[in-house]
Amino acid sequence: MNIDSIQNGVVIDHIAAGCGMKLFNLLGLDGLDASVAIIKNVQSKKMGKKDIIKIDADIDLNLDVIGYVDPDATVNIIKNGVLTEKMSIDMPETLVNVIKCKNPRCITSCEQELDQIFRLSDRANKEYRCLYCETKAK
Amino acid sequence: MRSVIDIVDLTTEELDGLIKTAIDIIDNPKKYSEICHGKKLATLFFEPSTRTRMSFEAAMYELGGNVISMTDAASSSASKGESVSDTAKTVSCYADIIAMRHPKEGAAFVAAKAASIPVINAGDGGHCHPTQTLADLLTIYREKGRFNNLTVGLCGDLKFGRTVHSLINALSRYEGIKFVLISPDELKLPSYVKRDSIKAKNIPYVQTTDLESAMPELDILYMTRVQRERFFNEEDYLRLKDSYILTPDKLKNAKNELSIMHPLPRVNEISIAIDDDPRACYFKQVLNGKYMRMALILKLLKEAGTI
Repeated sequence: MNIDSIQNGVVIDHIAAGCGMKLFNLLGLDGLDASVAIIKNVQSKKMGKKDIIKIDADIDLNLDVIGYVDPDATVNIIKNGVLTEKMSIDMPETLVNVIKCKNPRCITSCEQELDQIFRLSDRANKEYRCLYCETKAK
Repeated sequence: MRSVIDIVDLTTEELDGLIKTAIDIIDNPKKYSEICHGKKLATLFFEPSTRTRMSFEAAMYELGGNVISMTDAASSSASKGESVSDTAKTVSCYADIIAMRHPKEGAAFVAAKAASIPVINAGDGGHCHPTQTLADLLTIYREKGRFNNLTVGLCGDLKFGRTVHSLINALSRYEGIKFVLISPDELKLPSYVKRDSIKAKNIPYVQTTDLESAMPELDILYMTRVQRERFFNEEDYLRLKDSYILTPDKLKNAKNELSIMHPLPRVNEISIAIDDDPRACYFKQVLNGKYMRMALILKLLKEAGTI
């Protein structure tokens, strides 16, 4: 399977297999007017299987989103066909307007203008809780 | 601006300070009877409550202050679609401190962010109810004279019972506490409360469905009501509502020094035959709640520089 290499853009590599599509959606890449490739279940020596996203555009990505979906992913910045920066990602302490609280009793369920804020409550279990009602993110 | 949304907003030292103030109020009521003269408490109750609202209002009156109320959310601007933030900003122009109850979880936090005066959470859905925990703590202190070395049984709805979660959180800070968690399987303590407040602090606990077998070792029995308003499904409520009913018969193996507590209102989970038992403390809790609310109002108004 061949995917063209990109000249100027971003490659998100080492995404846990199965998380690529979620990351694509949360990053809002469906609205991007550029070539984007999601490659699923790529063979990886280190991970067994992994997903990769290639974005053929020089854009600023919300690294918090990547850190939330998979903190072990890596972000590679490509300029003029050359890898210029390799960024490792960490879980963000706070997530703002990335995911929504699913608790129907939460104040955010009826006051739509409130920011959806989640706080990292348990790093070992990658657990985030709503800042308002403390319900676990699903 | 300092507000109290969750019991964990208060340090152990602050809790001790509030208890000290409350005891002083009990012993010297005249000293406090004009301390809030000219100050106003706004009670914003977006869902029905009798005892909590009246307790806050009585507390402010006994401090010499005044109360302005929004007693019925249906007739307020909230019914016209006003946000909690806007309501809090508006009321900040009229009052010196807010006590707020709201059916949505996190509403008091939103109000506190927007208000320019202190906000006390008087209950936000099934989430937090810190002043009930203050009432519970003063009751334990007055009945037992200590917070350490107690075996505390919590019985009934441990899943949705916000007072249970807050009390566990508060007591878990003291030495020698053991929890006995008594509930039907469907209403067990949420795993995150168990993990954060009990397991993380290596506190011994027992989980059981049998109240009577747990009874002999308890120093405190904290009964709770299965709350209809927390269920989306009426069938589940009806199936679980009578899981535990405390009767004199069930107390036959209990310690003479047991303290029976309940955040009230009760439905039928404590038989009225127990009301005359000297071990029943639930109406004392109501009174203690008023004293602790007085102490909290004083603390927050002092910190805000209002008094």
